[in-house]
Amino acid sequence: MNDNGILQGDFFIDGDTACAEAAICAGCRFFGGYPITPATEIAERMARRLPQVGGTYIQMEDEIASIAAVLGASWAGQRAMTATSGPGFSLMMENLGLGIITETPCVLVNVQRAGPSTGMPTLAGQGDMMQARWGSHGPYEIIALAPSSPQELFDLTIRAFNLAERYRTPVLVMTDEAVGHMTERVVIPPSEEIKHYPRRKPQVPPSDGYLPYNPDPDGVPPMACAGEGYRIHVTGLTHNEKGYPATVSVETQRKLVERLIRKIRDNRDDIVELHEDQVQGADVVVVAYGISARTAARPVRVAREMGLKVGLLKLVTVWPFAENRIQELASQVKAFVVPEINMGQIALEVERCAGGKAQTILVPHAGGGLHDPDDVLEAIMRVSRWNREPETQNSKPET
Amino acid sequence: MAEELTNLLISEHHPMDSLLRQDRLPHIWCSGCGLGTVLTCFVSALQKLELDLNKVVIVSGIGCTGRAAGYLNLDGFHTTHGRAIPFATGLKLGNPELKVVVISGDGDLMAIGGNHFIHAARRNMDLTVLCVNNFNYGMTSGQVGPTTPTDARTSTSPYGNAEHPFNVPYLAAATGATYVARWTALHVRRLERSLIEAMNKRGFSLVEVISPCPTYYGRWNKMGDALEQMKQYHDHSIIRHRTDPAEADISLGGEIIVGRFVDEDKPTFCDLQREAVQ
Ligand SMILES: Cc1ncc(C[n+]2csc(CCOP(=O)(O)OP(=O)(O)O)c2C)c(N)n1
Ligand code: SF4
Ligand SMILES: [Mg+2]
Repeated sequence: MNDNGILQGDFFIDGDTACAEAAICAGCRFFGGYPITPATEIAERMARRLPQVGGTYIQMEDEIASIAAVLGASWAGQRAMTATSGPGFSLMMENLGLGIITETPCVLVNVQRAGPSTGMPTLAGQGDMMQARWGSHGPYEIIALAPSSPQELFDLTIRAFNLAERYRTPVLVMTDEAVGHMTERVVIPPSEEIKHYPRRKPQVPPSDGYLPYNPDPDGVPPMACAGEGYRIHVTGLTHNEKGYPATVSVETQRKLVERLIRKIRDNRDDIVELHEDQVQGADVVVVAYGISARTAARPVRVAREMGLKVGLLKLVTVWPFAENRIQELASQVKAFVVPEINMGQIALEVERCAGGKAQTILVPHAGGGLHDPDDVLEAIMRVSRWNREPETQNSKPET
Repeated sequence: MAEELTNLLISEHHPMDSLLRQDRLPHIWCSGCGLGTVLTCFVSALQKLELDLNKVVIVSGIGCTGRAAGYLNLDGFHTTHGRAIPFATGLKLGNPELKVVVISGDGDLMAIGGNHFIHAARRNMDLTVLCVNNFNYGMTSGQVGPTTPTDARTSTSPYGNAEHPFNVPYLAAATGATYVARWTALHVRRLERSLIEAMNKRGFSLVEVISPCPTYYGRWNKMGDALEQMKQYHDHSIIRHRTDPAEADISLGGEIIVGRFVDEDKPTFCDLQREAVQ
């Protein structure tokens, strides 16, 4: 450990621990949380580690309070985080919306387990992907990242903090039980090699005319925090550039919502990260994320050994969706195969973007485990076969 | 001469101007609502306190009372319904230099936010909570709430409330608050003094104000106009400092025991956390 309490070096740790250490490396000094399997280890690690780096851990009375406290801490000038799983994620939805409309940078980690409801607390799921996108009410855009290993959970947690500051918005790290509890080698680089996107501060001194929601040209307003003399008013109501409520102005609502959406959508090139493996020239592309991208690697390899042209496209950023890339590929490939530990969520997005130009085959899993690689292989083989004998397309084999 | 004297008395500026957001006035509150008086008391308490106003932060939930955060010329956060206290907790822990005051309604703090209230009191979180109790949900047009007296009529208790209400000071004291007081909106001097004491207190302080909502609660319960309602609360009140808050239940049309009920010292969350870590 360095003098400043920050770890550096090679470690053999689980994903949850890697996530907590990443937060500390990223400068997170506030964690408000509530225990829930399989995310508890993040809270436990933060409770031990934050005091060592001058930060504050508080166990709140529930997840609603946890995210509210995280928003408050962010407005006090801190980088702040909470971590939860399905049931807690559901409870956080209203204040996630408050974070979005008030443009509060923070990180929310969801170590997904199988649902609905209490479901299977100790087993993996990916059933919250659409909730991540649409779970809070009203129109908005969100950033969500999906790691498939403890190392990636480390790297993406740091990235999440930077994106949160860059775009002034809550960022979701959508991991799962398998990654959270998997123990592997994790390399923590020296602090000076870790990129920090600093909070964007106002360039003007406090004055009566100060406009806290006047955006920079990229749509993101600089952020004055509490106690800095700007006398800001921050509300979850529809507000103008002054931050004042304008609850019956349809025009203010339109401007605000459009800006909140565009500051993310217009920067998709910066936000969307994809890992492509032999996608160019492939007949079939497996589109996967999180742990399922990892389980998909083996069936992809086996299919290639059988002579099939199969690519693997891993969505490291799930939201905003890699719309352009899927649209582009749709006119080059025959089919997309989408394995996910739910009954079809991201597959719907792939299908939408494919726009009928290529087929989309979901490989579902109800939750509680990872895909059997043979199920993914079977789907790859099935679409490859159809593609060779188009006349059989309408008589899909029973599955 | 007389004209000159009058001119001397007329000022372009109200003495409270600097603490109110002029560009947000007029406010949305009904005329005669107790909230105006309460806000005035709060501002005059602030003017007497020797605080760096750049470090004073107001956090509100949702409701008529919740709009207070938007009228004060301080850093103000108008959060979600019930969540002012946990938001305020994050602010305070994120920057312990801040003086964090929560101003919200009875429904916001006692119903949807009740869990947060008792846990912040239990932790002795360093916050001041000003609970404006108008015995109903004003903002949503006068429904029954957790402080509505038994038998009182509201739009969702049209036959009379069949529930027992919370006694707010008793709840606060029982769950760990270190300063607890109750006044009505007409006890302006005493309320102001209590607010000063509460904001000077380290730890969780609660001031409850019994405040008229003439538009809904007053009308449903035939309490006359705004002033009559305000006067009725004042006339029914009995000042009893240090009384056991368990004795301070409020019943429909009954007496209202007011005063400073609790004022004690004990370590705050931050004190204990600092000690534990050292
Ligand atoms: C989650 C949620 N539920 C319900 C509401 C609707 N709502 C707005 S204010 C309010 C009650 C406010 O009552 P109180 O806190 O007593 O404040 P008052 O208006 O009486 O000052 C309700 C139910 C809401 N905004 N959010
Ligand atoms: S509805 Fe009641 S509480 Fe709300 S502003 Fe009017 S009188 Fe006041
Ligand atoms: Mg009320």
